[in-house]
Amino acid sequence: MSDRIQAITMPKWGMTMTEGKLAGWLAGEGADIAAGQEIMEVETEKITNVVESQGQGRLRRIVVSEGATAPVGALLAVLATEDVSDSDVEAFIASYADRAGSAAADADDAPKARIVQAGAHRFKVLSLGSGGVPAVLIHGFGGDGGTWLFNQDTLAQNRAVHVIDLPAHGDSEPTVASGKVTDIADAVLELFAALDIEKAHLIGHSLGGAVALAIAETSPQRVQSLSLIAPAGIGAEISANYIDGFLAAERRKPMKDVLSLLFADPQGMNAEMVENVLRFKRLDGVPEALAAIAGHLMADGKQIIDLRAILDGKIPALIVWGEADQIIPASQSDGLPAGVDVARLAGAGHMPMMEEAAQVNRLITAHLGKAEG
Amino acid sequence: MAQKSFRQALNEALHHEMRRDPNVIVLGEDVAGGSGASGQKDAWGGAFGVTKGLLGAFGPSRVRDTPITESAFVGAAAGAAMTGLRPVAEIMFVDFLGVCFDQIFNQAAKFRYMFGGKAVTPLVIRATYGAGTRSASQHSQALYPIFTHVPGLKVVIPSSPYDAKGLLIQAIRDNDPVIFLENKVLYDTVGEVPDGAYTVPFGEAHIVREGGDATIVALGRMVHFAREAAEILAAEGIDCTVLDPRTTSPLDEDTLLEMAEETGRVVIVDEANPRCGMAADISSIIAEKAFGALKAPIMKVTAPHTPVPYAPNLEAAYIPDAKRIADAVRKAVAFKRS
Repeated sequence: MSDRIQAITMPKWGMTMTEGKLAGWLAGEGADIAAGQEIMEVETEKITNVVESQGQGRLRRIVVSEGATAPVGALLAVLATEDVSDSDVEAFIASYADRAGSAAADADDAPKARIVQAGAHRFKVLSLGSGGVPAVLIHGFGGDGGTWLFNQDTLAQNRAVHVIDLPAHGDSEPTVASGKVTDIADAVLELFAALDIEKAHLIGHSLGGAVALAIAETSPQRVQSLSLIAPAGIGAEISANYIDGFLAAERRKPMKDVLSLLFADPQGMNAEMVENVLRFKRLDGVPEALAAIAGHLMADGKQIIDLRAILDGKIPALIVWGEADQIIPASQSDGLPAGVDVARLAGAGHMPMMEEAAQVNRLITAHLGKAEG
Repeated sequence: MAQKSFRQALNEALHHEMRRDPNVIVLGEDVAGGSGASGQKDAWGGAFGVTKGLLGAFGPSRVRDTPITESAFVGAAAGAAMTGLRPVAEIMFVDFLGVCFDQIFNQAAKFRYMFGGKAVTPLVIRATYGAGTRSASQHSQALYPIFTHVPGLKVVIPSSPYDAKGLLIQAIRDNDPVIFLENKVLYDTVGEVPDGAYTVPFGEAHIVREGGDATIVALGRMVHFAREAAEILAAEGIDCTVLDPRTTSPLDEDTLLEMAEETGRVVIVDEANPRCGMAADISSIIAEKAFGALKAPIMKVTAPHTPVPYAPNLEAAYIPDAKRIADAVRKAVAFKRS
């Protein structure tokens, strides 16, 4: 079928997702949908998020109603232009059942994360897509590769994408004892060697932004572009409540309170997210490793790493910030030199790549395209 | 993350802690030997295979077979704990702990108190519990309420491989006597378990599932039935929270009350007998402290007040199941004040 008739399907967020619940339709049958418009809310055991339409057209038919659960890849609704007849829409729905079956069979071919030995380090890496200048996605303090669940597939449409867990995070071992950002950056450069990456787009969030800047400082020739989301390392202010609270929280309630600071609207958070962060923090050695990183990031409630000078306009750089960021204020993106693109998103907190995923995906995709010129 | 069985998760916890701390020792019946086998050492790894491999890794001075006298080796373990060792004593069936009530209730549980805090008792007593294996009434009870009743003891009932490993490591590192009860039907269940060591804190309930219509509280094997019931009910449009307290002492009252207040309906599932059981205990706490939030009477789904029967059909009827849990939730949801 052409663009005249398009399927809206259940997205796949992460390797373990097999089905999702249609929590709500944000548009009704007969509505005209623009590309990028929010059309539905999908809920999984782990997360709830709004899904935006990839295509445009009239919402001709809702196949899966609110509250129902459907497997990944299943047809949820049909978009079609006005001139497509109702019988063609019916035929499309009927034909989809067969294709959905084959998509399920492909589930085993989904990319699997692997452990990559890089010098003394053992990184967990999830690699998607192929070709082009690769993009390396670097999460923030206390996070892991799951940060990029709503971004990785879009970014991998045009290039190889490597989603990494930093040392002492996710499934990567605590191999950077010092906890210094520069040492973490060196470890990531060792991973570049192990993955045969000469030059990459660095996409970093928060602490991962500071790591990307530190790589650009020592090895600018390895950096095609920088996309920094609420980065650390370019201003003094940071929420000590968040960092100290995250380090101290050992139980659900205090951890939930701390994590809610990350989002403009913490309602989307669920118990599973909190439990997963606690599971990570309960591992032997992790609290000490995180404390070491925090100790080099912050003193007396202020950031002590200053990498702002790296943003001099020579390496193409995009800065994305949520206006409602309670961890690092968006005002730190003020006054950057010309040539550094800044986008501030009204509806987002410290996690715009999740909170405003489609918008961030568009910004980064455009930025990477421009940087490859 | 690696998928591992409940048994393997416990075995890893013992390996981690014995490597980490030379004071950790294991003792019990056949934990090192192989009576009933060809006599080969470490033939079984205990009656349920949990201690397999420890003898080879840590030697006979730290992995000790005992005679079939629970009273003697539980007493020895309690004394050893006071001297600074961290013994893990394995009792095949919790039903056999009756012969060492003095050692547990009147000695180990009270050492810290009697000696004004100058002595600690880092003792773990592991035992299997629960019905469902045709083991008859003397090997099938769920006796955790008895231990929960005694101040000075901590009582742990893991429901998943992840919790089993983290809670056992926490139990071994804990300075108080811990009764660690493993449902024998769960040994071969599989789940995600990190390779490294980690602890799961005591007194921290796990929100297994979130839903706004009712809260199902369940322990150990019952958590699996509660999830099953929640799935059945979700298809009917009833969304349930499933809450696993993980430990009955300490008990995470805060989360129990929070969930009771959020949903207004509570169903408590307990494999133990109904009188003075966990369902009765939790129900009283919620009735006392969250009464105003309740939209329906608290429902209890428990075993009947009888010994565990041997006849397969009776044993099956004895154990709470998903159907009974779902029925109780439906009853709570349908309840209207007259």
